[in-house]
Amino acid sequence: MENILEKIALCVERGKVNKASLFPADLKGEEGADELTLKAINSGIHPSEILNAGLIEGMRRIGEKFRLNKAFVPDVLISAKAMNTAMIHIKPFFLSNEIKSKGKVLIGTVMGDLHDIGKNIVGMIIRGGGWEVIDVGVDVTPKKFVETARTEKPDAICLSALLTTTMLNMENIVTEIKGVFPKMPVLVGGAPLTMEYAKSINADFYSPDPQKALDFLNNIKHTK
Amino acid sequence: MNRLSELLGIKKLLVCDGAWGTMLQNKGLKPGECPELLNLTYPKLVKEIPEAYSKAGAELVKTNSFGGNKYRLSHYSLERKIFEINKTAAEISKDGVKDKALILGSIGPSGVILMMGDTSEEEMYETYSIQASALEAGGADALLIETFSDIQEAIIAIKAAKDNTNLEIISTFTFEKTIDGDFKTMMGYTPTQICEEVEKAGIGYIGTNCGNGFEAMAYIIKEFKEKSELPLVVNANAGLPTIRDKGIYYPETPEYVSSIISKLVEAGASIIGGCCGTTPQHINEIRRVIDIMRSKC
Ligand code: B12
Repeated sequence: MENILEKIALCVERGKVNKASLFPADLKGEEGADELTLKAINSGIHPSEILNAGLIEGMRRIGEKFRLNKAFVPDVLISAKAMNTAMIHIKPFFLSNEIKSKGKVLIGTVMGDLHDIGKNIVGMIIRGGGWEVIDVGVDVTPKKFVETARTEKPDAICLSALLTTTMLNMENIVTEIKGVFPKMPVLVGGAPLTMEYAKSINADFYSPDPQKALDFLNNIKHTK
Repeated sequence: MNRLSELLGIKKLLVCDGAWGTMLQNKGLKPGECPELLNLTYPKLVKEIPEAYSKAGAELVKTNSFGGNKYRLSHYSLERKIFEINKTAAEISKDGVKDKALILGSIGPSGVILMMGDTSEEEMYETYSIQASALEAGGADALLIETFSDIQEAIIAIKAAKDNTNLEIISTFTFEKTIDGDFKTMMGYTPTQICEEVEKAGIGYIGTNCGNGFEAMAYIIKEFKEKSELPLVVNANAGLPTIRDKGIYYPETPEYVSSIISKLVEAGASIIGGCCGTTPQHINEIRRVIDIMRSKC
């Protein structure tokens, strides 16, 4: 039983989507995250265990490797694909409330900025950690952040900026969000940011590392 | 048709121009606005850049066409104007340098990742084909396929350029230093892997651009030199920008940059210029140092 969960984690970590996928070459022809997840469900393992000890564990490992420069953008993308494919089997249990998502996070790249690879990776890691992620896209105005927060009622909002110029737009966005939702945790990130800057604009969290953002989110959920 | 290799053969070392994006921003372009649209709306303003760079001593001058592909232009609903925008980009640069420099048609990455399945190889090939032919039609002397991080995408762009133009091709990649101290692109490729796979696509020049300042480029070029016989190209940025007095400030000054040029040449670079944050003053300094080196050999 543990064995199959470990196998699922390995498939997610290595990006083995399903039996038909040719990647990674050494796992060719073997079952992937897709088939193994279905098998695990059918064998009676609780879906939340499959999610936590299999899928989320796999994403955690690839996130860690990414942080250590042992894995790169394509590796994270393919892991996320394996996870998403397997999630199709898990989703019904969310809908029937047998498992609960950890909460909802809004994420977007700020006004003036069209870089989205980093934002997507952060979204994947947070989603991979068991959260629901609403992606509002790139070039997002303060107004759109606030309006989407009104309708979606997220537990936290993540802002990404890759240009030093657009990073400066974050201040205004944080102020607008906090004006309407004073208690909303706002996480900021992106290559040009520093802890000092994040503090100066009143953001609740900054890290260059998406895995740390996930830890922070899991923490606010705990203390709530 | 090989004007670039002829010139390099005579001069041995060549000076490329510097940043375009930063220059356009200084002229009023706002973040989030389409830089390439200015070719159609404010061609006179754009022309000031090639003028300034050729005056500063650049022997190779780029075009305002970095994001001139369907994926980038569709953000601004300009995907129907790919040909016009790129052709005009080359014409503006040609006009601006007044025969004092060769024109490198700039082709930047699509910004989409092939393996995500959001686009196909065919679609990508098509947009790069249009861009490359438009740059040739506008008078580009060679093509600069720059800031790439994915080998597969670079090969598609190179093939599109080769199939549709008679121009020589320069291919440059952007690297970051990893925790282990080696350099890899965002997609995880080393200069060694890039030489092995990209050279055979049929390029004339290989190298690196953007990155994190001039000095680190020497290490990247050394690795290229070990693997490649091609002339090597460096277009470095003036370090990563920080904020000072509410303005954007690039840390590497023209004087500092000029002190690094001999290291780059020793490492094996034969074409040297700038990327984000460099200005005509930087290029002027690079030209001064290169002129001294040329007079010695
Ligand atoms: C790919 C890229 C592009 C692509 C973008 C494609 C896309 N779909 O996103 C294209 C070619 C379109 C592009 C365009 C431009 N780019 Co660009 N680009 C890059 C490049 C090479 C990589 C960025 C990237 O995706 N990295 C990989 C991801 C995984 O890393 P990341 O984004 O940093 O995200 C990680 C962390 O920062 C963090 N993170 C990110 N967001 C968040 C949010 C939260 C809440 C948290 C906790 C963490 C977090 O986690 C992520 C995963 O680890 C960088 C150089 C570099 N090496 O960084 C330049 C760079 C960002 N670009 C730059 C520039 C100047 C531009 C242009 C202005 C160029 C031009 N002249 O047109 C335009 C701007 C367009 C616009 N308005 O946005 C500069 C920015 C300089 C600055 N500091 O201001 C850079 C740094 C290049 C340089 N060295 O000068 N670019």
